[in-house]
Amino acid sequence: MKQRQFEALNASQWQDMETLLDQLEAVRQQAVPDHPAVRDFPQRYRRICHQHALAIERGYSLALVDRLNSIILRGRRQLYRFRLPVAGPLRELLLAGFPRAVREQGAWNLASAGVFLFSLVLVWALVSWRPEMVYALLDEQSVSTMESMYDPASSLAEDRDGSDDVTMFGYYIYNNIGIAFRTFAGGLFFGIGALFIMFFNGGYFGAVAGHLVNVQHHEPFFTFVIAHGAPELTAIVLAGGCGLRLGWSLIAPGPRTRLAALKDAANQAMPVMYGVFFLLLAAAFIEAFWSPRDLPAAVKYSVGGTLWVGVLAYLLLAGRRWGARHAD
Amino acid sequence: MIDERLRLRTPEGAQLTLVPAGIMPRLVAFAIDMAIRIAIYIAAAIVLGLFKSISGGLMLILIFLLEWFYPVLFELFMHGQTPGKRTMGLAVVHSDGSPVTANGSIVRNLLRTADMFPVFYLAGFLSMLVSRRFQRLGDLAADTLVIHLDQGRRPETSVHVPERAPDWPVDVQDQQTLVAFLERGQALTPERRQELARIVYPELPDQDAERQALGVARHLLGDT
Repeated sequence: MKQRQFEALNASQWQDMETLLDQLEAVRQQAVPDHPAVRDFPQRYRRICHQHALAIERGYSLALVDRLNSIILRGRRQLYRFRLPVAGPLRELLLAGFPRAVREQGAWNLASAGVFLFSLVLVWALVSWRPEMVYALLDEQSVSTMESMYDPASSLAEDRDGSDDVTMFGYYIYNNIGIAFRTFAGGLFFGIGALFIMFFNGGYFGAVAGHLVNVQHHEPFFTFVIAHGAPELTAIVLAGGCGLRLGWSLIAPGPRTRLAALKDAANQAMPVMYGVFFLLLAAAFIEAFWSPRDLPAAVKYSVGGTLWVGVLAYLLLAGRRWGARHAD
Repeated sequence: MIDERLRLRTPEGAQLTLVPAGIMPRLVAFAIDMAIRIAIYIAAAIVLGLFKSISGGLMLILIFLLEWFYPVLFELFMHGQTPGKRTMGLAVVHSDGSPVTANGSIVRNLLRTADMFPVFYLAGFLSMLVSRRFQRLGDLAADTLVIHLDQGRRPETSVHVPERAPDWPVDVQDQQTLVAFLERGQALTPERRQELARIVYPELPDQDAERQALGVARHLLGDT
């Protein structure tokens, strides 16, 4: 069959398909028009795949092959398009998927926590031993801001009102979740970026804590950080774990290409990153609306302690299959 | 083939050709998206200015959401195209040509920070230069590509030469070459066209060789 005959025979199909694709691409993805043409879309799509193969085989012109190629490409993007995950997958993720994924990469999380705690303890010890060392790590102005912020004589709640809480909530979301995402991305450079951020944050926390203990301001500080620290520090450590995992997949890909190992690592780390996002959201909420409240230290320590136990228990226990007897 | 086209087979048996987008169109698309985000920030700043007490916090949340999730939102709900990419006729797809998934889109956009390292997307730029498919680091990890959607060659074949049958057994490759000569020859200078036609009919004078080649091409197409 000559090309012109072939075109004359099928041109109306192609035209229809192109019109239909224009319509499908114009509407938002959720609102699919209930049109007969949409119902037999797969058949039309397969027919054009077939015609495309024929066109190549018979040596028809590049323009025709390109046109069919473009229809197939667009059709494929409609046929396999993304559907909005409803509440189901999200609940699955929070109840089981996230803690499972965390345990599955336990070694990386421990490594990340190790780096964080190592630099925290190191710097804390250094600052306790030589108090002036804090000025080697933080500049003078941030030290004095820190001191006045956690001064037991002044009260945090005094000069804060509701609008400050909202501002701080926004700030914590913007800053902390950004840090977690950057830690993850930093892992792409053979894990060095993630290591650096973990080391830096651990050291920073150690310096602040050590210094505030030195100047006897520790109680306002610890009562402030203990509650939101539970989700926040955990989440940062987990993001570091994901980053290290990415990095290690490039350093030691095993029996795969580095690229394939990286893709796998990124895909498997994603449930953890989703969970990190929710943990940090919770942390920002607690940090903005609960942590600055002026309450007896005992209350704040017990609430904070409960949160720590809760977060760790959630990560360690949720989503385990307990066997038939405890099936939930 | 030495061009950047990517050939793959789909489960439907189609041999698809993807054309990965290079740095310039992606840069323009990025600039358009950036301009849109800035416009949103300015509008938001004006609107939020009415609620002074909480505007700072809401603004920060908005910046967070737009900077990290603006591309994710559009890639998932607008067929893999942010407004900038739509303007440029680009789209994000997985390397097997299927539309980008939620995971894929989020991976490639979270890892954007690594591409920005150390300044001005230098890491992503280098990665795109090295990668055969113009992938930045986030694309590599998410297994995604940015492709040109419309490969848009709609040539005019308004050549008026009488068609004539070939005087040799034409194989598929000859046919493709001649038809391409007919369809794309108009973009070349007459001298270059004649030079090419001389390969087909070295024994004829250039003018005749071109007419002869075009006539055979029309015959092969089935023009009457």
